[in-house]
Amino acid sequence: MTDVVLETKSLVKHFPINQGIVFKTKVGAVQAVDGVDLQLRRGETLGVVGESGCGKSTLAKLLVGLEKPTSGSIMVRGQDMVRLKGNELRRARRNIQMVLQDPYTSLNPRMTVGDIIGEPFEIHPEVVPRKGRERAVQDLLDTVGLNPDHINRYPHQFSGGQRQRIGIARALALKPEIIVCDEPVSALDVSIQAQVINLLERLQDEFGLSYIFIAHDLSVVRHISDRVAVMYLGRIVEQGYDTEIYDQPTHPYTQALLSAVPVPDPRLRGHRDQIVLEGDVPSPANPPSGCRFRTRCWKAQSVCAEKDPVLQLRERSPHPSACHFAEIRDVVHGH
Amino acid sequence: MDVLPGVDPRAPLLEVTDLHVEFRTQYGVAKAVNGANFWLSPGETLAILGESGCGKSVTAQAIMGILDSPPGFITKGEVRYRGIDLLTLPEEQRRKVRANRIAMIFQDALSALNPVYTVGFQLAEVFRIHRGMSRGDAKKKAVELLDQVKIPAAKARVSDYPHQFSGGMRQRVMIAMALALDPEVLIADEPTTALDVTVQAQIMGLLAELQQQRNMGLILITHDMGVVADVADRISVMYAGKVVEEAAVYDIYSRPAHPYTRALLESIPRLDMKGQQLNVIRGLPPALTDVPRGCAFNPRCRYAKDPCRQDPAPPAYAVAPHRTARCHFFREVLGD
Repeated sequence: MTDVVLETKSLVKHFPINQGIVFKTKVGAVQAVDGVDLQLRRGETLGVVGESGCGKSTLAKLLVGLEKPTSGSIMVRGQDMVRLKGNELRRARRNIQMVLQDPYTSLNPRMTVGDIIGEPFEIHPEVVPRKGRERAVQDLLDTVGLNPDHINRYPHQFSGGQRQRIGIARALALKPEIIVCDEPVSALDVSIQAQVINLLERLQDEFGLSYIFIAHDLSVVRHISDRVAVMYLGRIVEQGYDTEIYDQPTHPYTQALLSAVPVPDPRLRGHRDQIVLEGDVPSPANPPSGCRFRTRCWKAQSVCAEKDPVLQLRERSPHPSACHFAEIRDVVHGH
Repeated sequence: MDVLPGVDPRAPLLEVTDLHVEFRTQYGVAKAVNGANFWLSPGETLAILGESGCGKSVTAQAIMGILDSPPGFITKGEVRYRGIDLLTLPEEQRRKVRANRIAMIFQDALSALNPVYTVGFQLAEVFRIHRGMSRGDAKKKAVELLDQVKIPAAKARVSDYPHQFSGGMRQRVMIAMALALDPEVLIADEPTTALDVTVQAQIMGLLAELQQQRNMGLILITHDMGVVADVADRISVMYAGKVVEEAAVYDIYSRPAHPYTRALLESIPRLDMKGQQLNVIRGLPPALTDVPRGCAFNPRCRYAKDPCRQDPAPPAYAVAPHRTARCHFFREVLGD
């Protein structure tokens, strides 16, 4: 397909666990991301959901090049970001930018807003000539709904929602095609959250952006995403269009996750399937054999421990699902 | 249990009237709570709903008597437990109310537990100090409690340190500690905000079960409208230090009477629907040192008219029996 702007193939990131002080020996590895294949199309939003420790933030860092993958490839417009070097890498990186979670720590308190948003131009001076930079920063402020006259203010003079807008303006500065949003609204209050979500949607229409939207809030992800990937312990367990994932989930983990999300409607109380999972997520340093979810799964049988289920279409799953016993079960709507 | 003089078993379990709390800082006086009113009955769950800075946690601290003072001062109001005004109670008696009658759990269980003592020691301490038990007996009680909050292998885990527990398990330990002395009121301040959804479901289920067993009154402080819809009986919505709307849970979600409640409900995305327009509440919550004249919500409100911008602030209008809203135009809001 020609309109794929980003594609990863068997992306793996293992963080080594070392022992010893002088002579370090590798005793194991945290398998943060373990074989992720995904595709992002032009103008589309791909939501990535999962709980803490499932590897979704590591995935974000791999995509923007903040971490180097252990193996696998990240293709952006036909170029493998993992193998690019020097000037080519620098130029390619312009195309994929990031919005971070915490607007309080992701902006340098000693820099003015103008310097923060203008910093990408220092690193990539060919994008906007020096003379035009102040103008460009003011335009960016205007684009994200901030007052262009506030260019000389410091981050502490802005509220949380406004700071997140500054972070978005910084990500837009180099006119990227792809923006990776790592939990962009989870630090914000509900009334502010909606403002930022609407802003992201407007910018997408205006500039034809593609988003990777990483979040743990499944309601927000449903609202903004065209397609959704569900992650568990470093792997994608289910992937599909938002209606497929939310209305017809087939992987037991997706079903449990969705059933645990409270819906703001008291009339549904007691009328929804409640799947309460036992125990905690196993350690990614020592994941279970076969299916990684089997230790908490109510459907698990011996085959789950022996055979690793592949993310693929299945007899009872019209979209890719990594479960031997995939089957549709609606857990979101009341009955 | 220690005897508390003046307890009237027929009086409401907990009643907060016209509570005012302010923080005197070098930048001015921040009015964090500005006339909060609510009550709680046994077995009931009251949710206090609001965004950061609306005064919900400060209200809880004032009820518990753990407000940092200075800078915080309770300037007006009453907190009555079974008829006794806790705010005028001498500290010694107040200590007996804390944990024995009213207990609290916090958002961040890791920082609420002491990292250098075992979980068992911290649980046993409650019994040793409040009940004068021996170390051995107290330890036995600690194991029992961990068992009640469904921590697997309680007997072995009682000698673990807080960092050896996962986030959900730590919150269970906090719940065990709060329930140790069979309180009649439990205040839960954002108990699941730091947890993942599947763990949140476990903890909320556990709380509901324990509440039912003990017929305990629960005050749930949260900003999550989904959690509230799942567990609350009644809701108090707070904005800028005031309870702007109070009603039964079904009424609030189906027909909100205050524009702020209405706007909040329209601004959250839902799991079971796609493509609904998110209605944005324009602007920001006010700084508590500089609350707008009249109704504090008026600069952000789409119903606001002249009377809203003038003092006095709207009173708590009775919308229906047991239902109030601080909005001059609640009929219009209800009608939409």
